[in-house]
Amino acid sequence: MTANRSPGRMIGVDVGGTFTDVFVLDEGPGTAHVAKVPTSRPDQAGGFLDGIARQVEDLSTVSVVVHGTTAGTNALLERKGAKVGVITTAGLRDVLEMRRRDRPRTWGLRGDFVPVVPRNLRLEVPERTLADGTIRTPVDLDAVRAAARTLLAEGCSAVVVLFANAYANPQNEAAAVAAVREIWPNPHVSSSAEILPEIREYERFSTTALNAYLQPEVAGYLDRLETALTSGGFSGEFMVVQSNGGVMSVETACRLPVRTALSGPAAGVIAAAYIAQSAGYPDVITGDMGGTSFDVSLISGGQSLLSPQTSIDFGLVVRSPMIEITTIGAGGGSIAWVDKGGLLNIGPQSAGSDPGPVAYGMGNDRPTVTDANVVLGRIDPENPIGGKLDRLDTEAAARAIDAHVGAPLGLGTIAAAEAILRVANSRMAGAIRLVSIERGFDPKRFAFMPFGGGGALHSGAMLADVGIGRAIVPRYPGVTSAMGCVIADMRQDFVQTLNSLVDGLDLGALTGFMQSHVDQGLALLDAARTRFEARDIVFELDMAYVGQTHTVAVPLPVEVAGGRVAPPDRAAIAAAFDATYRATYGRLLATGTRRVMNLRSAVIGRRPKFDLATLAPTASGPAEAARKGTRRVHFAEGWQETAIYDRLALPVGARIDGPAILEQPDTTVLIEPGLTGTVDRFGNTIITRQEG
Amino acid sequence: MTGAGIDPITLAVLAGRMEQIADEMDATLFRSAFNPIIAEAHDASHGLYHAETGDTLVQGKSGLPIFVGVMSFAVKAVIDKAAETGGPVDGDIWIFNDAHMGGTHLSDMRLVRPYFRDGALFCYLASVGHWHDVGGAVPGNYNPAATDAFQEAFVLPPVRIARAGEMQTDIVDILMRNTRLPQSAMGDLNGQLGALDLGVRRMDELLDAYGGETIRAALAALSDRAEALMRAELSSLPDGRWQAEDFLDNDGITDVALPIRVALEISGDRLVLDFEGTAPRCAGPVNIALPTAVATAYVAIKHIFPALPANAGVMRPIELRIPEGSLLSAEFPAPVGGYTETILRMIDVIFSAAAQAAPERVVANAYGTINALSIAGKRGNGAPWVMFSFYGGGHGGSSEGDGLNHGNAPISTATIPPMEILEAAYPVMFRQWALRGGSAGAGTHRGGLGAVYEIELLEENAEAFLFGERGRFAPRGVAGGGEAALNVFSYEQEDGWHHPPMASKMRGIALRRGQAVRLETPGGGGYGPASARAPEAVARDVAMGYLGEEDATRLYGPGWTAVRS
Repeated sequence: MTANRSPGRMIGVDVGGTFTDVFVLDEGPGTAHVAKVPTSRPDQAGGFLDGIARQVEDLSTVSVVVHGTTAGTNALLERKGAKVGVITTAGLRDVLEMRRRDRPRTWGLRGDFVPVVPRNLRLEVPERTLADGTIRTPVDLDAVRAAARTLLAEGCSAVVVLFANAYANPQNEAAAVAAVREIWPNPHVSSSAEILPEIREYERFSTTALNAYLQPEVAGYLDRLETALTSGGFSGEFMVVQSNGGVMSVETACRLPVRTALSGPAAGVIAAAYIAQSAGYPDVITGDMGGTSFDVSLISGGQSLLSPQTSIDFGLVVRSPMIEITTIGAGGGSIAWVDKGGLLNIGPQSAGSDPGPVAYGMGNDRPTVTDANVVLGRIDPENPIGGKLDRLDTEAAARAIDAHVGAPLGLGTIAAAEAILRVANSRMAGAIRLVSIERGFDPKRFAFMPFGGGGALHSGAMLADVGIGRAIVPRYPGVTSAMGCVIADMRQDFVQTLNSLVDGLDLGALTGFMQSHVDQGLALLDAARTRFEARDIVFELDMAYVGQTHTVAVPLPVEVAGGRVAPPDRAAIAAAFDATYRATYGRLLATGTRRVMNLRSAVIGRRPKFDLATLAPTASGPAEAARKGTRRVHFAEGWQETAIYDRLALPVGARIDGPAILEQPDTTVLIEPGLTGTVDRFGNTIITRQEG
Repeated sequence: MTGAGIDPITLAVLAGRMEQIADEMDATLFRSAFNPIIAEAHDASHGLYHAETGDTLVQGKSGLPIFVGVMSFAVKAVIDKAAETGGPVDGDIWIFNDAHMGGTHLSDMRLVRPYFRDGALFCYLASVGHWHDVGGAVPGNYNPAATDAFQEAFVLPPVRIARAGEMQTDIVDILMRNTRLPQSAMGDLNGQLGALDLGVRRMDELLDAYGGETIRAALAALSDRAEALMRAELSSLPDGRWQAEDFLDNDGITDVALPIRVALEISGDRLVLDFEGTAPRCAGPVNIALPTAVATAYVAIKHIFPALPANAGVMRPIELRIPEGSLLSAEFPAPVGGYTETILRMIDVIFSAAAQAAPERVVANAYGTINALSIAGKRGNGAPWVMFSFYGGGHGGSSEGDGLNHGNAPISTATIPPMEILEAAYPVMFRQWALRGGSAGAGTHRGGLGAVYEIELLEENAEAFLFGERGRFAPRGVAGGGEAALNVFSYEQEDGWHHPPMASKMRGIALRRGQAVRLETPGGGGYGPASARAPEAVARDVAMGYLGEEDATRLYGPGWTAVRS
């Protein structure tokens, strides 16, 4: 274990498309502060440092800075990465461009794909390994060197070596990489088995190539941040959130930038899981409503679900465990329109945050979900969130709704605005139901946790449309991702394809892979300068019956004492598979032959959690003291004079019956008629149906 | 049903809610199906259908494109069958695979369940999924030599697998005795029954919340609006009559080309698709049943107008004329196992005709064949193996840009298995898995590239079977764009490389260790005249090896050489 540091300040920074959020936890007194500043462009480092400076004068008092970043994702989407060269097996240079024979959209047959490495920079060399690891053709190292020199002459700044079946035997690939490293002028040389020793050539090659593509951009960005922090007196640990919801060191992030693909959203889900668990609701569905999208994630028993891969954009596949997040195009900026058949639709086109809703007055004239909320009085036009605008233009929003929705449907302004919200709510509710069903859960037994700037305006609709019992609005829903940065554990994931029948499994080799994963993972924890309360090691085997291509993840209970892995037992592996398979499919196959496809290991350093009660309201006295006045707000029942409260001034235990609106700088919480909001001991607002 | 009187807000909300019921049924089956054709390739579909006509009311978004439109025929077949025995009963579930009644092919098992509300029939729920094996002469049921349906699979007409809520285990026993993979079939059957159960629960909730009259009105209004949307799209196109023809190489039995012809006529807000002149029913399995032809027309139209919803209203302004006795309306027991090839060609001719009316709305032909290739043999220990897969090709160019390299077929959304998974499972090695230079149709926006797959046998002996098309007639361009390359299949013997006498179909090719087969698949057709392609784009194609220098100059003229880098 590393030496314990004296408690200091921990800072989480999440850089989103519109805002940079900062969450500062003062471990000593147990207090927290938040800041929200506009995201700076093109270099996000400016906003990052500005946000921290709002809350912390002396960086030497800071022990940990954890960053949720979209720098890697943006570089991929904008195709702003390095010039990468590929050296690959003869006959296979087009794997990256051929994908898995898919298409961008089901209907229409339009759209093509431009790979991040063009074909003329993908060079083939004689070599071949077979699926069982046999080397059929040894690698021609002269050809490898010649290819590397050609790529250098073409101006490539990074090179990846991508050989067939390298997951089964990396010998040819390793020899080629060693030869390239001798002549390549920088450290940006990697091979597919180093990055992802897992079967499936396209997914492995794509992950490796995208990783190389991102290295200079992400490393440069993190280096600028670290230099600025250090020159400000910071001497603590600087870490980055991964897509799997765990943090990693900056060194690891520079080596494996592809693991930051969903960094910020993952941190939000981690915080949501912790808040919900603390509040007594381990089963929760989160809904993050931003400008262009509504992101849904499911947490069961306090654990967020991981998916094995994602596509950042069509054909840009990153395979590494990541928090499962489903996105639909229904955000505050999503545009409402009526199709030629006379049906009202929301999205997928969005005004985003720039130009944004019509009410922003920045040039968009088509009505959005936010415009409907403004027209119905649910958002205060005099105090827009985020502080970028002085006021919102309600009249312009109403005109746009009239022109694009009201007139074609024969509805007045208010009815048209209600229609927009009902359709948007219905789509969000649908996403929640579908995410649950796809994973085999009944959504009714989950709580709903809205976060992001707009989600808490819509929680009542989720209760009504999905049949969910309660919504939990966190105390600071606008900075959830930044808070998640402070909470997240350090985690490293490893994979190794085994592709063996259980009966023929080489247990010595399996133990060797497990030990190697544990050694690498623990070394990374040891190198970290942050403190851990515990270290956990989790092993899973991807298994199936022979003939099935879809595997189930089988937890493998294995003892690790003093860093040494106890060899697993063949019968225990078979029994673990049977238990998982039965739980998933309800039955076993009497004549099926069990196969192990992959070993997956996770090495986790549990970081100390802060007590969420430190965020609890300090106010006491009657809830009425927090009442700011009233505003006319439109609900299904018509206009109602609605009480407005300063949310952060409400005391623990306060009960507010709807209709009511709770306002805070980054969020508006809507409590609809028939619902009640209660402030729990952490300052969360729990929204339930009124009794009786 | 009438759609008058429902308010537009409720309607917009219900549109999403009802589509979601079908989506949730899809998700239930994808999650629980045993066989990867359903679980991974999503070769399945679910929806809600009209109580009297069987018309599609709502269908899920995630199922296979070709099922959108074909399912209503399955429901109609059940409605007719149930009428013989006094009409549908609450708790009955019908099951069948007869492709001449329900469309597509015999591998697709259809389950249809009447949904009752307050003692009265409200609508039907249906589930279709591709089972791994349904008997017949060939495992997996892709028999290129079949001359009738009985050689393709066992044929099940609509029967009740549940009566008034009681499962009929004798029917289940018959099903399980007629498949080579009963465990897989049982898993899929349970998954489909589960999807229907979920559909019933969701319909109950929806009707509890909104009442039957509102839902009925919404369903009617949605069909009316889909019709209005289709009419609005058709009205935006010029009036006129345009013709197109193309050919299937042969039926796999006799080496004679089979024409598929269409006349597309637009007048105001109506469309006629007349397939007069198409070849008559043939001996081999490239026939299709009438329901398949109707569903294919819908697929083609939805590719041209992607925003159209999936309900029967879309088809009201469209008249289909499918000649009796043609291979597009083959009657039982004509073999239909190769229906994919025929419907791809139907889509191609519809595109070619529609492009004359509205070139900017239509993409050029895609590669046009699924190339079903199987290689089978025995391992050293005597264990049999069969590697079966479909292979990809290029998509057509469009008004927006070049076609996609190596895409999937327009009738499917299935992806190809990774090469490493195939090599790990079967004794083969891919010498090549590559883009095929020169395979794209030339054009202002060229087609996407097809692929080259060369597969070497690593065991002592094996046999190869191919069911493909486009070996004699290349994918066409539109709006003046050029043709793509032909599909070329080659196989290695001791005396060198050979091609099948029937171009893209062959069975029983004997391979020995070290010998290979090679598929060179077509690209997509080009869009617009090649002469209008930017010289820089041609120069880039040459630099990337998508096109040889000589071909570049032949197709596009010498202008590109002035801007080569």
